Amino acid sequence: MLTKLTHWSRLKSPWILHLNTGACNACDIEVVAALTPRFDVERFGILLKATPRHADVIVCTGPATRQMKDRLIRIYEQTPDPKFVIAVGACAMSGCVYRGAYNVIGGIDQVIPVDVYVPGCPVRPDAVIDGVVKLLNKLKG
Amino acid sequence: MKFQIPIGPQHPALKEPISLRMTVEGEIIRDADLRLGYNHRGLEKLAEQKTWIQNIYLTERICGICSHSHTTCYVQGVEKLMEIEPPKRGQYIRYLVSELERIHSHLLWLGVAGHEAGFDSFFMYTWRDREIVMDILEIISGNRVHYGINTIGGVRRDLDEQQVKHILDSLAILRQRSEYYQHLGTNEPSFVARLAGVGYLSREDAIALCAVGPTVRASGVPMDVRKDDPYGIYDEVPFEVCTAETCDVLGRTVVRIKELFQCYNIIEYLLKNLPTGPVAVRAPRRAKPNEVVSRYEAPRGENIHYIKSNGTDKPERLKVRAPTLGNYAATIKMLKNGFIADVPLIFAAIDPCICCAERAVALVDARSGQEKIISMNALKQLSRQVAAGNARKREAEWPL
Repeated sequence: MLTKLTHWSRLKSPWILHLNTGACNACDIEVVAALTPRFDVERFGILLKATPRHADVIVCTGPATRQMKDRLIRIYEQTPDPKFVIAVGACAMSGCVYRGAYNVIGGIDQVIPVDVYVPGCPVRPDAVIDGVVKLLNKLKG
Repeated sequence: MKFQIPIGPQHPALKEPISLRMTVEGEIIRDADLRLGYNHRGLEKLAEQKTWIQNIYLTERICGICSHSHTTCYVQGVEKLMEIEPPKRGQYIRYLVSELERIHSHLLWLGVAGHEAGFDSFFMYTWRDREIVMDILEIISGNRVHYGINTIGGVRRDLDEQQVKHILDSLAILRQRSEYYQHLGTNEPSFVARLAGVGYLSREDAIALCAVGPTVRASGVPMDVRKDDPYGIYDEVPFEVCTAETCDVLGRTVVRIKELFQCYNIIEYLLKNLPTGPVAVRAPRRAKPNEVVSRYEAPRGENIHYIKSNGTDKPERLKVRAPTLGNYAATIKMLKNGFIADVPLIFAAIDPCICCAERAVALVDARSGQEKIISMNALKQLSRQVAAGNARKREAEWPL
């Protein structure tokens, strides 16, 4: 009964933490745009949370920079289980144009495990919504 | 009793990673310190490995909000190096996109300011209207954020009659909405009470600390590269430099709303006087050895690119001075003697774009994890110290 309830609530209200690990701001703005009236992800119960301790899903944008690496791991560890990571944008997937720069490690998956990849440079808000819905379907199954 | 409060790198008030250390006495900030480098990617070094054309798309990804300003600034410089002049129609379309970007950036900022002031419905309103501009940009360039419309010697896409009509129709809606925001931003008592007097920066301080963009204009200094040192077509376009005298966050809001109306006027002028002809000229692959400084008025202030060429198809050096970097010194001044509760508001008021500004070099001590940002002089001194300590090596004979 209780597990059913937690499962249901997890599906109906995935709270997200938006984390920029060195992105160029484009994906960040598109993630925020997904929360505003035109796209409005709040209708799926998705809320933007300020601290990793309240979040279920970490929405990561940008390539992992060396300076941000330790902070990224720390934020991942602060998030309570079960936690999911969405890598938003080409940078978070592989490093995009910054690949090969001295201060960039590569994609987010070089540092923490990633569940869903959303491609695009930058991603469209529709793609962010699609990524989140795919993650929810993954949880259902 | 003094306390140090760290804010960031991940913090609800900040969308991007930056760390602020506040020294506070009770509620009042006595000192502030900025820690940078979380977003440093080594982009300038990367630019040296890419060709002139590839670098357009790299500079575009310096920043996702003012992406067009970085490419335009870069392309202007490269065109000077290659001694080519883009055709008039190409220039008109280029600066049309510039002004559209300014609208989208200012609407975005208004929303963020509303959000930081606790006025979330204002945030939702402005972001809803921002989508109109995003649609126009998508129709012109094919993408919402990174337009990729600039190329060396002009632009990559042309406008047709239908697009021009669509833009003009959308502008009418935006103009009407902006009038409402102007009314709201200057008359709504609770909003005005929250913004007035916060983050005071006097006219003298603004000049002394080299503030740029709406921050300096809100302190009553009419400084705008488009007027002071007109680039492109700005010497033939009529527009006014908007200023405010209140020197606070309210003034910065008013300046940005006023600038929105100027943008609408400029766009209407550009569309009505759109010349015919080609949109781009063919550019050579190499540039002669030379150097150039390119200036551009981005939505956040003056953007400077320094480009040095060495005769190959790649730049030898690309230096980017983004407007946010110019505003950091003024931000520290604004934060001092303010309240902790005002930090997000003051910091948001310069419209910080951290990814733009992350050009510094940070030295990290691998053993202790201690990091410090070092100036060129200190670095030289350090190298001299190391050299002086190493006496044996100094006296050693050259092996050949």
